[in-house]
Amino acid sequence: MFLEMEELENNLIVKLKGELDHHSSEDIRKKIDAYFSTSSTSNIVMDLNELTFMDSSGVGLIMGRYRSAQEKNGYLIIACDKERIVRILDMSGLLKIIKLYPNLDTAIRNI
Amino acid sequence: MDKNYMKLEFLSKSANESFARVVVAAFASQLDPTLEELSDIKTAVSEAVTNAIIHGYEYGEGVIIIEAFIVDNLINITIRDSGKGIKNIEEAMEPFYTSKPDLERSGMGFTVMETFMDSLVVESSEGKGTVVRMTKEIKNLSDEER
Repeated sequence: MFLEMEELENNLIVKLKGELDHHSSEDIRKKIDAYFSTSSTSNIVMDLNELTFMDSSGVGLIMGRYRSAQEKNGYLIIACDKERIVRILDMSGLLKIIKLYPNLDTAIRNI
Repeated sequence: MDKNYMKLEFLSKSANESFARVVVAAFASQLDPTLEELSDIKTAVSEAVTNAIIHGYEYGEGVIIIEAFIVDNLINITIRDSGKGIKNIEEAMEPFYTSKPDLERSGMGFTVMETFMDSLVVESSEGKGTVVRMTKEIKNLSDEER
């Protein structure tokens, strides 16, 4: 699992690559929280387009970061057009509260 | 009737989640599944193994046993732990139910298994462990249908 984070204006861009399961999500969670809690950004943009696997642990990870953004009066949005991943996001009901865009550029333009 | 069988036994460590799903997917691949069918199996196995680690053994050390049978184009997967067991299976299988909300669990594990597989049966006995049985028929699509 590979994680890349960068700040763009008021947004923390989080790019995830590889397999997101319970094992990898524990480490990813700690890293995102450590960065976001001290960052001046209040929105999180999660780019899931380079994930090769995600199970419901990924849903838990996203739900938790959605709350972290809310606590800073910000939003969390997702960039993803991978059918498998979108299917799990949809099944979990997350897409009723979180906006989904096909790619990072569109997501950033619409936040 | 073509039959095959495998058994995998490993420690309840989260690092083994990807190992377990890859092994089962490799075994299933002899049925020539589509990428989607293979991904369904990997996801369902990952959910069941994660449950055994977090809920069955509550992060303690234990053994998880996976058995898979192939009969013709049907794969039958059993995931077994000897952990604490589930008190109320019906409640545990409800979407969004989690016994560990503090751990950011989505409560979607059983729902994912049910959706991605053709059948799901959960047997559990408090203090003895849990057995998850799942089946999936591999459709054997022709190249044009894939």
